[in-house]
Amino acid sequence: MTGLGQAAGQTHFGIRAIDPRMRILAALAFGICVVSLTALWTVAMALGLALLMLVFSRQPVWQTLRRMAVMDGFIVFTLVLLPLTVPGPAALHILGLPASWAGLRMACEIILTANAVILALMTLVGSMDPVTLGHALHRLYLPDALVHLMMFTIRYVDVLRGEYLRLRSAMKVRGFRPGTNLHTYRSLGYLIGMILVRAIERSERILAAMKCRGFEGRIFLLQDFRLTPRDWIFTTIFMLALAVLLICDKAPL
Amino acid sequence: MHIVDGVLSTPVLVAGSAATLAGVSLGLRQLTLDRIPVAGMLSASFFVASLINVPLGPSSVHLLLNGMAGMLLGWAAFPAMLVGLILQAAFFGFGGLTVLGVNAFNLAAPGVIAWLIFAPLVRRASPKTAAIWGGLGSAFAVTLTTVFVAMSLALSGDSFIAAAKLVLLAHLPLVLIEGVLTGFAVLLARKVKPELFAALKGRQ
Repeated sequence: MTGLGQAAGQTHFGIRAIDPRMRILAALAFGICVVSLTALWTVAMALGLALLMLVFSRQPVWQTLRRMAVMDGFIVFTLVLLPLTVPGPAALHILGLPASWAGLRMACEIILTANAVILALMTLVGSMDPVTLGHALHRLYLPDALVHLMMFTIRYVDVLRGEYLRLRSAMKVRGFRPGTNLHTYRSLGYLIGMILVRAIERSERILAAMKCRGFEGRIFLLQDFRLTPRDWIFTTIFMLALAVLLICDKAPL
Repeated sequence: MHIVDGVLSTPVLVAGSAATLAGVSLGLRQLTLDRIPVAGMLSASFFVASLINVPLGPSSVHLLLNGMAGMLLGWAAFPAMLVGLILQAAFFGFGGLTVLGVNAFNLAAPGVIAWLIFAPLVRRASPKTAAIWGGLGSAFAVTLTTVFVAMSLALSGDSFIAAAKLVLLAHLPLVLIEGVLTGFAVLLARKVKPELFAALKGRQ
């Protein structure tokens, strides 16, 4: 499952009770703030803050952390060379090559930053129903066409995923077993081509249905948001936390 | 292929975001409401298709499909890629936030360039020749994306130059696989639905 099409239940607890617009802005502020931090321990504190929010977001903690770990698996690729390429006094030797402290420190900083930001994004924004994200971005004055494009994508990702899985099981029933060979690549290529063809045909039917219902070029977004005192309290505390991070970062230690 | 937060220098981040902003506004101008269903549907199918595990030896790779997206969507590939990246970052924890602009540019710009060069060839040729052009266009877009990613890293600091070279090398197999796969995808699409490559070109 991609999970994009599921509506998350409305809960009024912790982070989920906060206005979606505020959560998006908070995630942006957090990202920009953390990327500008330079001291290792303040970045670690930012990661701590993100973890704290995760606890209060009622997101499945282990699942979220596992997704984060998957991403780490990919960035190790970029980071593993850093200790070897950043000049500085050698910390240890890997395969006879000197690894510098400066490089190790830089790699740690990147790991911490990347994880803190993505974790904050997943807890603040990822805990929303995707449709709510679209509506909130609309209320934040993103262009209509972009929001509509996003809503269509969200709406049909799961539909097309279902179509893909049906085609895939049809292939399996006919004895298809993926391997590293031209037959596999040809079959998967045809599969992708088929998904695209079906997507286009479905979009034609959708447009026809929309026009049939008197579509005149405007999609109404019904969800409305109102800022409550609780939202302002959250925002104030959050901004204070970010300010503390920035001040600590500049302080000599 | 995604760069994460905390790697790139501020000038690279700002330049990437500005370029993506320009691309997205150009793309949105093409997206009249009549074309949004088709663009949204294609962007959803690229999202799904990029989750397919393509076997490669003992491991497997995921396709980028940015060349294919570009050749089908034109400038609208910019907003489509941006939407995809936002959803991936927020709901799957993949990618980053401050790097959205750079990542979207690195994926969408090669797609648009592939569209400018290869889409007319794909549209005009016979299905078999179109498949070859389509495969070449995809391979070209993936190569260019790899180069852009490597450049984003290299421009952010000398210490990343080795990593940039590693990125270039490691993605060579993907270039080949993506080229072959999308070649076949184009072959099927051209046979089954010849007007596919004109989907966003003033139809209806």
